[in-house]
Amino acid sequence: MSSSTEAYEQAFGALRASGGTGWLPALRREAMDRFSALGFPTTRNEDWHFTSVTPIAEKVFKIAPTRTGPATLSPADITALVIGDPDWHRLVFVNGRFEASLSAFAGLPAEVRVTTLAEALKESPEFVAEHLGKLASGEGQTFTAFNTAFAQDGVVIHVPGGEVVEAPVHIVHIADSHAAGVGIHPRLLVVVEPLAQITIVESYACAGPMSGGYLTNAVAEIEIGNGARVDHYKIQRESTDAFHVGTTQVRQGRDSMYHSFSYAAGAAISRTNVYTQLAGENAEARLNGLYLIDGAQHADHQTFVEHLAPACASRELYKGILDGGSHGVFNGKVYVDPIAQKTDGKQTNHALLLSDHARIDTKPQLEIFADDVKCTHGATVGRLDEGALFYMKSRGLGAENARALLTYAFAAEVLETIEVDALREGLEALAFARFTQSELR
Amino acid sequence: MSSSIESLVNKEYQYGFVTDVESDTIAPGLTEDTVRLISSKKDEPEWLLEWRLKAFRRWQAMTEPHWSNLKYEPIDYQAQRYYSAPKSITPLQSLDQVDPELLRAYDKLGISLSEQKHLAGVAVDAIFDSVSVGTTMKAELSKYGVVFCSFTEAVHNHPELIKKYLGSVVPYSDNFFAALNSAVFSDGSFCYVPKGVRCPIELSTYFRINAANTGQFERTLIVADEGAYVSYLEGCTAPKRDTHQLHAAVVELVALDNATVKYSTVQNWYAGDKDGVGGIYNFVTKRGKAHTNSKISWTQVETGSAITWKYPSVILQGDNSTGEFYSVAVVNNMQQADTGTKMIHIGKNTKSTIISKGISAGKGQNSYRGRVKMLPKASGSRNYTQCDSMLIGNQCGAHTFPYIEVANNSSTTEHEASTSKIGEDQIFYCKQRGLSAEHAISLIVSGFCREVFKELPMEFALEAQQLLGITLEGSVG
Amino acid sequence: MLKIENLHATAGDKEILKGISLTVNSGEVHAIMGPNGSGKSTLAQIIAGHPGYVVTSGSVTYEGKDLLAMAAEERAQAGVFLAFQYPIEIPGVTNAYFFRSAYNEVRKANGMEELDPIEFLDFMDKKLKLVEMDEAMLHRSVNAGFSGGEKKRNEILQMAVLEPKLAILDETDSGLDIDALRVVAGGVNALRTRENATIVVTHYQRLLNYIVPDFVHVLAHGRIVKSGGKELAVELEARGYDWVMEAA
Ligand SMILES: Nc1ncnc2c1ncn2[C@@H]1O[C@H](COP(=O)(O)OP(=O)(O)OP(=O)(O)O)[C@@H](O)[C@H]1O
Ligand SMILES: [Mg+2]
Repeated sequence: MSSSTEAYEQAFGALRASGGTGWLPALRREAMDRFSALGFPTTRNEDWHFTSVTPIAEKVFKIAPTRTGPATLSPADITALVIGDPDWHRLVFVNGRFEASLSAFAGLPAEVRVTTLAEALKESPEFVAEHLGKLASGEGQTFTAFNTAFAQDGVVIHVPGGEVVEAPVHIVHIADSHAAGVGIHPRLLVVVEPLAQITIVESYACAGPMSGGYLTNAVAEIEIGNGARVDHYKIQRESTDAFHVGTTQVRQGRDSMYHSFSYAAGAAISRTNVYTQLAGENAEARLNGLYLIDGAQHADHQTFVEHLAPACASRELYKGILDGGSHGVFNGKVYVDPIAQKTDGKQTNHALLLSDHARIDTKPQLEIFADDVKCTHGATVGRLDEGALFYMKSRGLGAENARALLTYAFAAEVLETIEVDALREGLEALAFARFTQSELR
Repeated sequence: MSSSIESLVNKEYQYGFVTDVESDTIAPGLTEDTVRLISSKKDEPEWLLEWRLKAFRRWQAMTEPHWSNLKYEPIDYQAQRYYSAPKSITPLQSLDQVDPELLRAYDKLGISLSEQKHLAGVAVDAIFDSVSVGTTMKAELSKYGVVFCSFTEAVHNHPELIKKYLGSVVPYSDNFFAALNSAVFSDGSFCYVPKGVRCPIELSTYFRINAANTGQFERTLIVADEGAYVSYLEGCTAPKRDTHQLHAAVVELVALDNATVKYSTVQNWYAGDKDGVGGIYNFVTKRGKAHTNSKISWTQVETGSAITWKYPSVILQGDNSTGEFYSVAVVNNMQQADTGTKMIHIGKNTKSTIISKGISAGKGQNSYRGRVKMLPKASGSRNYTQCDSMLIGNQCGAHTFPYIEVANNSSTTEHEASTSKIGEDQIFYCKQRGLSAEHAISLIVSGFCREVFKELPMEFALEAQQLLGITLEGSVG
Repeated sequence: MLKIENLHATAGDKEILKGISLTVNSGEVHAIMGPNGSGKSTLAQIIAGHPGYVVTSGSVTYEGKDLLAMAAEERAQAGVFLAFQYPIEIPGVTNAYFFRSAYNEVRKANGMEELDPIEFLDFMDKKLKLVEMDEAMLHRSVNAGFSGGEKKRNEILQMAVLEPKLAILDETDSGLDIDALRVVAGGVNALRTRENATIVVTHYQRLLNYIVPDFVHVLAHGRIVKSGGKELAVELEARGYDWVMEAA
């Protein structure tokens, strides 16, 4: 056991001292043991081959403090910090703690439950017990076990059969100046019953000047019933000296649809895991993402699509734009079980290196055990297309201008897959400003 | 339809016979003494023995790698025999002194070693268990200054070349199996093509494992000096036996400035029976170093072996150098293959192409594993990778594990992969034109492999055709 | 030549053909028209022997033999040719090799000598001219990367090579521009004799200006709901299918 896991063991003891007995303390204890036993992954671990978490492993992140004074942020501040519509159902967490005064989610259909994890544990412990830690068991996954052991709050969403939630549920995580040296472990549990639909947006942002990094280690578990649909957007714009690890574990029923979009532009080191199991016939997963990094940033994306039932489809498009001395990693895996005949899987990832010092490591994998399948993956790494650059220049655009526009266009192709207008427009504007130093339209 | 696919892929192994020769075989086990014994049997100079011993010590400190997608019973290295040679062979003998029984064995394999009858345009080095039986067309080749002989002979006649290049591409410390090979290798082929010479004929080595419970550990070293060209072929077979046999080879290629080395393999070791009993465990390290403006091209057709662990690679050291890898790997029954390549781009404007075709049938598991690495200084470099898998039947598997690592922004890499089965629709279309199901399948398979087969020299293309039971006409050339 | 009686067929658990009867004699051209999804391709594929359909009742007799009892390749060897609505791609196999294999199989089945590659290329020369295709076409993989129009022409080229007795053209005209249409129709007409017969499946009367049918049939919901002469096609083009279906 390393010194940091020992320190966490102590912190766990203090945090859970009054834990008592029951399923929750047991779940946490088990997670803590697993976390200690696994330790932080090294680059010898195949899943972490290109990402060193030493800067995370050698620190001991403190438990998030409870706010004592009055809230320093107003609802208007939140609106300014995140992309989205203030009219959406909004749950705001500051440094991992729920802020009721900044949140508003009253207008939901009566049958639909959206609450904090703490609230849900009081109101309907059986429901939480039945689902929490089931999909994200943390087996072999240090960070998931870490979250389960230390998670203090989060969100629980339950959409009963046939309910359609129109406006997105926006879960906002803000780190402010009190976050320095803190470990935040948000948890999200989503259960969507057959034929129901919901859109969830998770935003991670920071407010004000930061002194010293913090760690966000988020875990989401999403169960999607037969014929149900979940659209899930994750917008990660953490402070550039923060660390962000986020794991989403999904299980899909028959005819269901899971659409995920991951945007990552923040954090010194970020790791985004999107894992989905296509467990019922004819289910579909669409996993898209865009990461924009610069300086010494490191962004790692891992996707894992398990085709466990026949006739499912998966579509993946990930793009990265890397500048400065940044380092990108993409590892996409598609697994096709022997029974998953008629699988249709397509995975694409493209990276654009804007600087000579940027680096990308990609590993797209196919593991196929069924014969009647159609699976492809394509990966490219390169710079802007010289032909397109020339074409634009021949139309009178300056070289810099042409370059900027093409870079934006590279990003726009994947941003177009965002189906929530406010989000798409917001991110397009952000990307446009970033590459052209001017405003969109 | 499925029965026709089965009969196509379940062809009887034709080379499973055993040749009855009296052999000098050493006791099982591997210690420093084993290494010394092998070295002394070959009457080797001290420096080579030292090299072997260093390798052996290194090997002892290493553990067998298990990162591949292969599953097999643990190998007991102390239960293997590391040397076996027909008694009738004396070191450095000439071809007309060879035991007729051995010549007959090669005739049966379709390779004639007698000077009158051998294939025109191909020189053959025949390796039988641990030693070379002989090399054809040596005199013809020496006219061009081309050296082509057994490794043992090269150690005696060209020590300066061996000293300079042995281990220069694959150091003995490279990996577990390379270290093992470096300690106990018994023979192999050596080729040197001098400056500016285009080797006029194909060179080839034919590897035959005959003795039971004996591993084969050969080493091949090919050096093409500046501006030289050589095309080299390698074939392998072994008797049917119900125990697994170990084969751990090392191949090193050196292409100096402006040189070209083309290396083709048709690997048809015994694959074991349909329940996975017997068959060769094939752990091979193959690598080439390409200097400025040079080109190294690997082509392989892998159909045999119970287990294949093999990644012919190119270190693109010099500016403007080119690396190629063309592969067809077929697994059937219980066979497993984990094969692919590494292209390490170091020089500027280096180029690599990877075309990999995997066919899985029965309960076979086929993995493509590749690494394309563009180092910071390899500006303006390019890679194109295509790896396609075809599945026949529903108990097999296809896996791709490509690693793409790019550390400069003027290089481009492109990777495409697909997996599919022979489409019912394709078969029906062919049948509607009057073709039988068997004919349709062989046609579709040969079309699938076309890009690789067209890289094979004619003699080998024919052998590959026979092996896969497919017609290449119309798909080759 | 071909006699279809009360043919019923299903795919999966769906009944697609619900009692089709049709007689085609040597020298005749029959056109089959009908709305999308009415079963035209299904009928064509069943005649060719596609394994994806199950004939639940009825019979198909071809030259006095039970066609349904023959394997797909036997039917082809006996002179049944289907130009696919969606021609299949076979990557890596050249047209030249594919055509020759097919041609020789058909010859062999009919007790004729096989042609060697040189003789075959000679023979192909004339056929290429017929459909105005370039020789380079022969060295490309079967349909792989072909445009829609090229694929259709390639089908007619194969028909020209195999010289079938009964040719079924499934929407060979869709995706062709007017010049290509003329070429394809010219090819079909050139191959017409008093001994062979053609079934043309199409949505457009336009094609029938070039390949003039003796009979026009309307297929709807798995049945032939109306038959007539070539004027029926003109009427269908002007008035659509609804009136026929209502009348039926
Ligand atoms: N293999 C199959 N499995 C299930 N349904 C099928 C199958 N083949 C065809 N069908 C269905 O049967 C119906 C008839 O199809 P068919 O292709 O014969 O129509 P068509 O008349 O040729 O139409 P089009 O004018 O669009 O070409 C359609 O509803 C089609 O979806
Ligand atoms: Mg149709």
